[in-house]
Amino acid sequence: MSANLRVVAEYDSNRILDIRRLSIAFGGLRAVSDFDLTVPEGGLYGLIGPNGAGKTTVFNMITGLYQPTEGDILFMGRSLVGLPPHTITQMGVARTFQNIRLFPNLTVLDNVRIAYHTHVGYSLAEAISRLGRFRHQERLLTERAQDFLAVFGLQDRQLEIAKNLPYGEQRRLEIARALATEPRLLLLDEPAAGMNPAEVESLMELIHFIRDRFKLTILLIEHQMRVVMGICEWITVMDFGQVIARGTARDIQNDERVIEAYLGKRTGRGI
Amino acid sequence: MRTKAHLSPWAPTLFLALGVYLLVFLAERFGLMTPYWYQVIQLAAITAISSLGLNLIYGFNGQFSLGHIGFYAIGAYSSALITKDLAANWSGTRIGPLAWMIAGQVGVLVVLFVARALRLGTVRARLAGGLANYLKPYEAGVLVLLVTLALVSIALAAGVFAAWGLQKVLAAIFQVFLSLPQGIARSVVFLIALLTGGALAALVAYLIGLPLLRLSSDYFGIATLGFSVMIYTALQNSDQVIPTMKGARGMVGIPTWTTWTWVFGALFIVVFIMRQLVHSSYGRAIISVREDEIAAKTMGIDVAQLKATAFAMGGFFAGIAGGLYAHLFGFLHPSTFNFIKGFDPLIIVVFGGLGSMTGTILASAIFALLIEGLRVLLPRGFEDWRFVIYPIILLLIMLLRQQGLLGTTEWGWLRAPLPPERDIPTPDRAAQARVEEQEA
Repeated sequence: MSANLRVVAEYDSNRILDIRRLSIAFGGLRAVSDFDLTVPEGGLYGLIGPNGAGKTTVFNMITGLYQPTEGDILFMGRSLVGLPPHTITQMGVARTFQNIRLFPNLTVLDNVRIAYHTHVGYSLAEAISRLGRFRHQERLLTERAQDFLAVFGLQDRQLEIAKNLPYGEQRRLEIARALATEPRLLLLDEPAAGMNPAEVESLMELIHFIRDRFKLTILLIEHQMRVVMGICEWITVMDFGQVIARGTARDIQNDERVIEAYLGKRTGRGI
Repeated sequence: MRTKAHLSPWAPTLFLALGVYLLVFLAERFGLMTPYWYQVIQLAAITAISSLGLNLIYGFNGQFSLGHIGFYAIGAYSSALITKDLAANWSGTRIGPLAWMIAGQVGVLVVLFVARALRLGTVRARLAGGLANYLKPYEAGVLVLLVTLALVSIALAAGVFAAWGLQKVLAAIFQVFLSLPQGIARSVVFLIALLTGGALAALVAYLIGLPLLRLSSDYFGIATLGFSVMIYTALQNSDQVIPTMKGARGMVGIPTWTTWTWVFGALFIVVFIMRQLVHSSYGRAIISVREDEIAAKTMGIDVAQLKATAFAMGGFFAGIAGGLYAHLFGFLHPSTFNFIKGFDPLIIVVFGGLGSMTGTILASAIFALLIEGLRVLLPRGFEDWRFVIYPIILLLIMLLRQQGLLGTTEWGWLRAPLPPERDIPTPDRAAQARVEEQEA
C-alpha cells in the first residue's frame, strides 16, 4: 500500500508526526486554527487545554475522522490528509477515545482480536472452508491477543463481556486494543478521565511501560494536570483552537497565558 | 494441543438437522403429510434462508435494511427466467440469454475490480487535494472529472471484453449439459439458475450498497425501502421490457423443481457458510461495525467495504431463497414482493433475536407454524382471527423480551468456539519496572 502514498518529505525520525498550520472550520466556527506540532520518534508529548479548546478535534483530524480545511499532517513523512481512517490506522496510528469506545457486547478477547483483523493472513474463502491458513492463523492471532491481555492483566477476563468490566479495566482494554493494531504512534484521549488517584498512579506507570515495551511515540490529551506534568516530556497548550504555549512541564507551569487560560481557573490544584 | 472445550459440539447439531430432514422427507414420501403442509414447511425453510441473509445485514452488521424483499424478488425472477425457457423448450436455442446473464455479471465484477485496482477513489482524492493549490476549483473539478472518466472507461472496456469472451465460453459449456440425461441436466440447470439469481441479487446489493451504506442506519432503512418499492414497480411493468415476465399479470409456467431436499440443502449450506463466516476474523469485523462503527474504523477496518460485502452476502442468500420460492409454486406475481411482505423477514429476525442464527431459524419455523397452525386450530369462520392473534403475540414478545427469543445466543455448533485453553504467560510488570529503575 505504501507504494502509492505520496511521500512529501524525507522521513526524519525527529518528526514522526509533523502537523503544519492545521485548521478546521465547522460552518463559521474555526474549531482549530494554524495548529503546529512536531513529535519526535519515541516522544511522550502532551496536549492540554480547557474544555472546547479543540484538542479532540486535532485527534479526529490526525485519525481521519475529520477532514481539515487547511494544513497538512505528515506521519513518517507521508501526508495523512484525505486518507480514510482505516488506512491511517494501518499506517501505524492508533488511538483511544475520551468516552471509551469498546465493542460493548463482545468478549474482551474478541475486542482485541478485532484489532488484529488487518493482520489476518487468510482469505474469506479460507475462513468459510476452514482450509488453508485459517486454523494456524486463527490460533496465532488468538494467542497474540491473549498475550496482549496478559500484559494488561486482563488474561482472566478474556471471556467476559466488555461492557461488564469495571471502568478502569475498560480503559486498559481500550489501550490494549489500540496497541494490538501495532501502531508506531499512539494517541490517548484523556486516558485518566474518571479514574481515582490510585488508578491514575497505575495508569501513569502503564503509559511509561507501554512506550518502552512497544517502542512507541505517544501523544496524549489530558485534563488532570498531575498526569501531564508527571509524564509528558513536552507539552502544547491550546485555547480556543489555537496554540497558546509550548514547552516542558516547568515552562508551562510558569507561563502567564497558560495560567490565565487554564491553570488560573483551577487555583493550582494538583500542580 | 486440542482440549475438549475447543471442539464445537457439531455432532448433535448435525444429527438434529439430519433428523428434521429425514422426518419431513419420509413423511412426504409415505403420504403422512398433506401436500399443503409439505409446501408450508418448504416455505418456512425458504423464509429462514432469506431471513438469515437479513440477520447478517441487520443483526450482525447493524445495517437496518428494508430492501431485503427486493433481493428476494431479483433472485426469484432471474432464476425463473433462466429455467422457464429451458423447461418449455429443451434445446440449445435458449442457451444464449443464460450465458449472457452470467457473463454480464462477471463483466460488472471485472469493471469493479479494475476500478479498484486503478485505485479510483484514492487517485481522485489525491488529485483533488494536489490540484487545489494550483488551479481554480472548477478547473480542478473538470480535470478530476476527465481523469475519472478515463479510468472508468478503461474499467468498462475491460468489463465488456470479459463478458463478451465469457459468454462464448459459457454457451459452449452449456451445450454439453443438454446432452446429459434430462434428470441430471435439469438439476444442473436449476443449480445454475439458483446461483445466478443469488449472484445477481448480490451484485445489485453491492452496487446499491456502496453509496447507500454511507448513510446512518435510519436513513439507510428509508433508502432501501425506496429500493424495494422501485423493484416492485419495475416488476409491475416488467412485461414492457421482457415479455415473458408478464408484469402485473404474473409470471406462469415456471417449472416446479423445488423439493424439500433442495430447500433443506440450501438452508444447510447457507447456515454452514454463515456460521463459518461469523466465527472468523471477518465475522468479528462485521460485528464490530454494529457495535461501534467509529471504533471499528480506528481498528483499521475498511468499514465501507465490509458493509458492502455483508450486504451483498445477505442479498445473495435472499436471491437463493427467491429462486427456490419461484420454483416452489411455479408462479410469480409482483404482489408477493410488495414491501409490506418485506417486513416478514424483518419480523422474523427481530423476533428470533438480532445476531442469532439459531433464533432466526427457530423464528422462521414458529412464524410459519403459527400462521398455518392457527388456521387449523381456529374454528371454521374464524380463520382470519389469526392476523389478530399473531400481532398480539408479537407485541407481547417485544414488550417482554426486547432482545427477541434468543438475543444473541446460539445453540450447538452455531456457538462461538472457545479459545484453546493454555497457560498464558504473565509478564511480571513489577519485575520489569524494577529493572528499569536500576537502569535509570
